[in-house]
Amino acid sequence: MTGAGVAGAAVQVAAVGAGAPLLVGWMRQVRALLEGRIGSGVLQPYRDLRKLARKQSIVPEGSTVVFATAPAFIAATMLVVAATVPTVTVASPMDGVGDLFVVVGLLLIATVALILAALDTGTPFGGMGASRETTIAALVEPAILVAVFALSIRANSSNLAAIVTATAHRPGDVLTPAGALAFAALVVVIAAETGRLPIDNPATHLELTMVHEAMVLEYSGHRLALVEWGASMRLAVLVGLLANLYLPIGIAGAHAGAAGLVVGVGAIAAKTALLAGALAAGEVFVAKVRMFRVPELLAGSFLLGLLAVTAAYFIAPRGA
Amino acid sequence: MGLMSTILRLGRIAEHAPEPPTRVALDVGSRTSLHVRHVDAGSCNGCEIELTGCFSPVYDAERYGIRLVASPRHADALLVTGVVTRNLADALRTTVDATPEPRAVVAVGDCACDGGVFSGAYGVVGPVSSVVPPDVEVRGCPPHPAEIIAGLRSVTGR
Repeated sequence: MTGAGVAGAAVQVAAVGAGAPLLVGWMRQVRALLEGRIGSGVLQPYRDLRKLARKQSIVPEGSTVVFATAPAFIAATMLVVAATVPTVTVASPMDGVGDLFVVVGLLLIATVALILAALDTGTPFGGMGASRETTIAALVEPAILVAVFALSIRANSSNLAAIVTATAHRPGDVLTPAGALAFAALVVVIAAETGRLPIDNPATHLELTMVHEAMVLEYSGHRLALVEWGASMRLAVLVGLLANLYLPIGIAGAHAGAAGLVVGVGAIAAKTALLAGALAAGEVFVAKVRMFRVPELLAGSFLLGLLAVTAAYFIAPRGA
Repeated sequence: MGLMSTILRLGRIAEHAPEPPTRVALDVGSRTSLHVRHVDAGSCNGCEIELTGCFSPVYDAERYGIRLVASPRHADALLVTGVVTRNLADALRTTVDATPEPRAVVAVGDCACDGGVFSGAYGVVGPVSSVVPPDVEVRGCPPHPAEIIAGLRSVTGR
């Protein structure tokens, strides 16, 4: 643990926490422009969150402490994930737990918290959304593990910071068949994990097509703001992780000064904006797949991940 | 890529934004963001078609911070269309109760404002005002998308 690492982790949490709504606004704006609209501006999610924080938060009759506390739990879990995943620095003091399996587990904890909260309200749509989310989560978690595992073989470690550091030293190593297969698998998995097209439509208001939205139907006021903030942080962390696994340019090391951290924040902001913009632009061209086709899509993603692991063993990069 | 070339050829479709209307004396918690839950209390679906137009690329209500949401819990304003029928009077009351304070009720269409062609019919309770007092009324049968948007913008003033 170094001073730069502690400062880096603090900057990382602040950057993800403060920047995540901006990322959501940016993705909406990209979509709006491609659809020929003007859009509400990249800052609209902040305006929405500020408004929600000031409004009455209704707790439905018959719901328990699970419903009331889940939003804070989700937001807190996402902040821990933000501190752990190497977005700005690879020297976070959370490095000891910065393992692939821990991060995926933390993401799952937040998912389970929201599923339980949705069931807690006792509404039909909450239960339906929870059941769908469980189906998706059960298929997404192994796929994300296998895909990142393919990248971890090179680094001889499942520690995310170690994988990113290895790629930073030898950037050409990710340009292998294994790297390409894992990238394709990760894109599908991240779309599923963050509730975006073609698995879930974040802009829908039709109850029968919802997954994430169906679970948060009963939330209002500051609790809804926390859930939305948590969801945007999940998106920011996963997109940031994908960017750094393949292009760790500018990430701060163990002995980076203040300038290094500023460069780190700038680099991750640029990479995330670019990747998220590409994801949002891609969404314009795809339709949501039927719920019964989602397992096929995610099984395909898992297969790509599995092939990536196999390829990583058989087709080693030159000089490895 | 047929869709890509169409996107590039059409560019921006949205029409020029009119001046913001005068704000009504009403606070929904924000002057830049308005989440709307649409409630059909017994409409003929004429207003619904115009409402769809509001969020189309041509009128693009989202640029004023207006969004349709899936639940009254998420909403700042309820947009009620149609005359209130007996079957939906209770549903409308429950929806209003489910919306967090501070909230606004916007009645859209002649039927919602005064009963329109359905006033006095046997299955009808009356206009929206007979169940919950509306804060903004948008007249027309059906109202033009630009008029609906002007009504919604008058809540935030954006």
